[in-house]
Amino acid sequence: MDLKDLYRDVIVDHNRNPRNFRPMPDAHRHAEGFNPLCGDRLTLYVKLDGDRIEDVSFQGSGCAISVASASLLTESVKGRTVPEAERLFASMHQLLTRDDAAVDPAALGKLAALSGVREFPARVKCASLCWHTLDAALHRESAPVSTE
Amino acid sequence: MSAAPAPAVQAQGAERSFDVEAVRREFPVLAREVNGKPLCYLDNAASSQRPRSVIDAISRYYETTHANVHRGVHRLSQEATDLFEGARETVRRFVNARSTREIVFVRGTTEAINLVAQSYGRPRLQPGDEIVVSWLEHHANIVPWQMLCEQTGAVLRVIPITPGGEVDFEAFRGLLSDRTRLLALAHVSNALGTVVPVEQFIREARRHGIPVLLDGAQAVPHLAVDVQALDCDFYCFSGHKMCGPTGIGVLYGRESLLAAMPPWQGGGDMILAVSFERTIYSDLPYKFEAGTPHIAGAVGLGAAVDYLQSIGLETIAALEHELLEYATERLTRIPGLAIVGTAPEKAAVVSFTVDGVHPHDLGTILDHEGVAIRTGHHCAMPVMEFYGVPATARASFAFYNTRAEVDRLVGAVQFAREMLG
Repeated sequence: MDLKDLYRDVIVDHNRNPRNFRPMPDAHRHAEGFNPLCGDRLTLYVKLDGDRIEDVSFQGSGCAISVASASLLTESVKGRTVPEAERLFASMHQLLTRDDAAVDPAALGKLAALSGVREFPARVKCASLCWHTLDAALHRESAPVSTE
Repeated sequence: MSAAPAPAVQAQGAERSFDVEAVRREFPVLAREVNGKPLCYLDNAASSQRPRSVIDAISRYYETTHANVHRGVHRLSQEATDLFEGARETVRRFVNARSTREIVFVRGTTEAINLVAQSYGRPRLQPGDEIVVSWLEHHANIVPWQMLCEQTGAVLRVIPITPGGEVDFEAFRGLLSDRTRLLALAHVSNALGTVVPVEQFIREARRHGIPVLLDGAQAVPHLAVDVQALDCDFYCFSGHKMCGPTGIGVLYGRESLLAAMPPWQGGGDMILAVSFERTIYSDLPYKFEAGTPHIAGAVGLGAAVDYLQSIGLETIAALEHELLEYATERLTRIPGLAIVGTAPEKAAVVSFTVDGVHPHDLGTILDHEGVAIRTGHHCAMPVMEFYGVPATARASFAFYNTRAEVDRLVGAVQFAREMLG
């Protein structure tokens, strides 16, 4: 178990310079995510064009894993359809929790950088918070998402 | 306390007579490794470790003596009762209560506070009555009072803290009113380490006839507590923060108050006689100890008290103070590191933040180096809110920690900065 498996360069970079880190006043959907264990909080904004995610952004504060994960999420779902984003969510869930994950890293692109998280069970929720929040935003769930 | 020599002098004296390596060998867990590195355990405010004598006392009890207490006429039951009640007497001496009737065994500080809220508070409080707590409190000294307020219509009043993390005494005086019914105050802050000058608050409360409960969970392992000298009405603490077992703690209560309080749980052992028409409750302290108690826990707690006293609470306080000073000085020199909570009187707790490194990442990186600290809100979310941080990293020291371990903490924090900062 190497720390560099967790804090890969991509993750360190996205934590220092999170992409799409901004409010979105004209968002069609938004949802809040909260991880009570470490105090991570984020708000995810989505703008839809029919079934397509035209724009997505986030705000909030959290650990490097949660910020980088949210930043990577925004880059990877922008331009995709809602069902495509849902399939990505399912793949990410497998990647983060299952050793024998039948996930093609190539299909995940930069998101594969988070595969080291599953070796650090206490941190899996940090990486998955933004995905649960996106899921809530896409399904118009109004209650804040909590990892507990 | 005012007659005690300055801490530095104590520390020098303590160092001469204290062999920390010998003491460390008495704690089996300190010999283990984490990630291939020797464990550096700096999470003592969350829970301390146990010496061999405590582990042995519990094992010996189960291997040679165990039976239910206060029930049988057979030998084992009598011996178990003697051990259990012997532990109560040990605890009584430890906090200098007048009588073992004032020592109630509970699961821990949290249960002790809930017991007082429900048994002392609930029958007495009227809508509009006020309970005073401070901004420093652990959730265990907030939530039971909020629940009580919901049940009775009473109102919670909160004493503000200063930027350094001290409870504001003048603000406290301003909060007192003819509706104040109880002051519930931390003796030592778990999140910041602040030692609250509770004597001053108790004097003021007593002048107004207001009873005082102290949350002593963080105080008891680090400084000598004398409930008579303090003149408090309730004092609550946990075994597991003072080298004793989990699942056992103590409620000290002034006898006149305990005697007037109804039981809060019903069952066996807390009754003299039961019929379907009428039940007569036991005397103190058994009235508050329904069901078979945590006998092994009490035995272990007694052994923990014996252990702490064999080292001496003054020696412990001096050693920990020296570690605190050293850690504060070393950590302060790390660029971007800010210590949260800078009261002049502190227990050996250093809460801090590091620019560019979230506490949660710090916790993971330090763990990788074998250094165990707590990260998060420390069950004191209002304190985090006060300082405008979501979380802090917290290193908390015990007498078995060393300067070399402080150096490892500092090295690991610097490593984390290089990695993420």
